[in-house]
Parts: sequence; structure tokens; C-alpha cells
Amino acid sequence: MYATRYSKPKNIEEAVSALHAAEDGKLLAGGMTLIPTLKQRLAAPDCLIDLSTIGLSGISGAGDGLIIGAMTTHAEVERSAHVQKQLPALSVLAGGIGDRQVRNCGTIGGSIANNDPAACYPAALLALAAQITTNKRTLAADDYFTGMFETALAEDEIITEIKFPKTHKASYAKFGNPASRYAMVGVFIAKTDAGGLRVAITGAGQDGVFRHNGLEAALAQSFDVAAIDATAIEDSELMSDIHASADYRAHLIKEMSKRALQAIG
Amino acid sequence: MAQLSIIVNGQRHVNEIADNILLVDYIRETLALTGTHIGCDTSQCGACVVHVNGISVKSCTMLAAQADGAEVTTIEGISDGENLHPMQEAFHEQHGLQCGFCTPGMVMSAIELVEKNKDLSEQDIREGLEGNICRCTGYHNIVKAVQTAASKMQR
Repeated sequence: MYATRYSKPKNIEEAVSALHAAEDGKLLAGGMTLIPTLKQRLAAPDCLIDLSTIGLSGISGAGDGLIIGAMTTHAEVERSAHVQKQLPALSVLAGGIGDRQVRNCGTIGGSIANNDPAACYPAALLALAAQITTNKRTLAADDYFTGMFETALAEDEIITEIKFPKTHKASYAKFGNPASRYAMVGVFIAKTDAGGLRVAITGAGQDGVFRHNGLEAALAQSFDVAAIDATAIEDSELMSDIHASADYRAHLIKEMSKRALQAIG
Repeated sequence: MAQLSIIVNGQRHVNEIADNILLVDYIRETLALTGTHIGCDTSQCGACVVHVNGISVKSCTMLAAQADGAEVTTIEGISDGENLHPMQEAFHEQHGLQCGFCTPGMVMSAIELVEKNKDLSEQDIREGLEGNICRCTGYHNIVKAVQTAASKMQR
């Protein structure tokens, strides 16, 4: 990788100053995407600002909801008794990301800051009407994910925590790429007080994660597999790549929706 | 350049390192502990797995600087020098390797898997070793080795 400087701020203020001081600084969370990117010389930041020691990790309850610190690893979310009790679908989702070593390092904040179109967490945040808190403001998931690898975050904005509202039903099913375990299609179905009934889809959209209006309308009418079966899945705005055609992804959306619904609790 | 203070296999090391050096390169080149392998160098294969503060990580995907202040264990640090670790012994007994290139990472991942999980099924072991690729064995004997070691380690 290109030469770069590494800094380990002690708090948010120091992290922000380090970002301002750098010409092209990058925030380093778990590093599971950023470090391979640097190794491939696809990015050349002059400074890496490690967020691991500024106290952004941890899981706590908030009323009937859940607050997860941005630097909480996938393994921590997977194993958290709190998450398993309040929002088991999120524990299942976290436990299906990458492999054990990736889950030991990768973080929820890193995942949603990168907003990979095939990442799992964006589907959960959108379906669950989660709120993303940063050092500057709180954003609704609806306003946060703005396109493929694009978010509403400003250059010097740092995610601090993610808040999930009280959830009545939630389930995630993904068809993972056999090599990377990224979602070729992942479907998150949820019913929350804050967002109502939502179906969010990752891995398939040309603009990243999105809500499927057709499936939401069908399931609002009748919350069963037959409703999904009767819904047409349009493929004109789905991704087509070496892993799957848009047509196949449309098929997977239907299948994964059914699997998610069958497992919903 | 930054100063790195790290404990590797129980021994403290203090070195001046470049900010962009990877943990695996520090382990192999600065400390000359070449049991930790570099296979794919793209976070897929797991030949470089070591333990950092008790959790398994791919050392090709972590900067050495990130491990400042940490306790690291590599394949060289798991036996007492006389007796093999039960996981190593089980890989030997069950013929859990052929060429051996993946074995250090496989053993390090398997140790963490067994230490953190009780009553592992065959499926749990296969899924738990998803981050480690072996191109020789077809995994069957590796799974048997982990089962054998688990019964010894959790006795």
C-alpha cells in the first residue's frame, strides 16, 4: 500500500481535528474493507484515523429499543444477549456477515459508512427505521442511504451510534455469494412502531439498498407467502454483474422474501 | 514512523515501525516468526490468522499500529515448547493437513472457535472455519481434528 500516516485519537474532537488537518484523511473502523482497498492501491489517504479508542463501542437498551455504538463489531452484535432478546433478527444478520475473523473486526458503523450495495446492515437499518447519530446530528435511515457507496454523511461527520426502535416483527434472509458471503440478495422484513411494515432489499439495487413498495403493499394486505408470490418483481433497476443477472436477482428477491417471512418472529 | 509496543507470545517487543506496515509483515519480517503465513493477502484464505487480545483476526488485514498495546499469540506461541497444543496434536493424529500451508491459520482459528463455543456440531465447525481455506484436504480430516481437540480441550 502507499505510505500513509496513522493516528489514534482519544476522542471525537481529536478525530475531527485529525480529519481537518489531513489533506485526504480516512476514518478507520474495523478496516475490513478499507485495508484491502489500501492494499490494492485503490485509495491513497494521507492519514488513517483509527476510531477504536474513542469509546464508540457497546450495546444498550433504550426503552423497548436498542442502541448500538458505531464501533461495535459484528461478533459482538451476534453474541449480545441484549440483541438476541430484543432484536434476534439483527443477531442472525450479524452472524452471517463474512467469516468469523471478519466479524471479529468489522463494525456496524464501518459497514453503514461504506454503504456497500451488497452489505447486510443497510437492509436492517432501512427496514427497521433506525436512526443514525453522528457527532453533528441524528439522521433517519431513509435519509441516510443516498446511493451506491453514498451516504448523507459530511466529510468530517463521524457516526457515533445507531438506534433501533421497538420492533414487533423482524427477519432477514440472504442469498450469500458463496465466496465472499456478501449478499447477492438480502431481504429484511420488519414491523416497527416507528416505520410500520417495511421490506428492505440489499445486494440487488443499482443504487444500493432500497425499500420494495410492491412487497410492502402486498404484505400490508395479507402478511403471508401467497402475497409475496402474487407480487411482480420488476428487474429493470436491479444490478447485473458476474455473480448474477438482474433477472436472477429479481427471482432471488422473491425467494428470500419468502424465507424471511417464514422465519419471522 | 511510530513506536509500537506489543506483547507477542508472552514477550514484549518495542519497535519503530512504518505506519503502513501490516501486522502479518511485522510478525514475519521484524520478529522473524514465519509460522504465520501469507496466502491470498486479500482477507480470504485465513493462513495469516493470529489472536489479538484473545480474538482471531486476519493479520494481513490489520495494521501493526492497530495492535499497539495488544497481546498477540501466533502459532509459535501455543505450545510450551515440549508438548504440542491439543489442537496441534489432533491435527497430527487425524491427518488434518497435507501440504500444511493453511495449517497455522487453521489451528489458530480452530482454537478460538473451541475456546468460545461448547458442544460444537460438525456443521458448527465447518461454518466456524469458513474464513480458512484449505486446497488439499477437502476439510474432512480438519473437522475430525477439531472435534478431537474439542473433546480434549473441553474435558
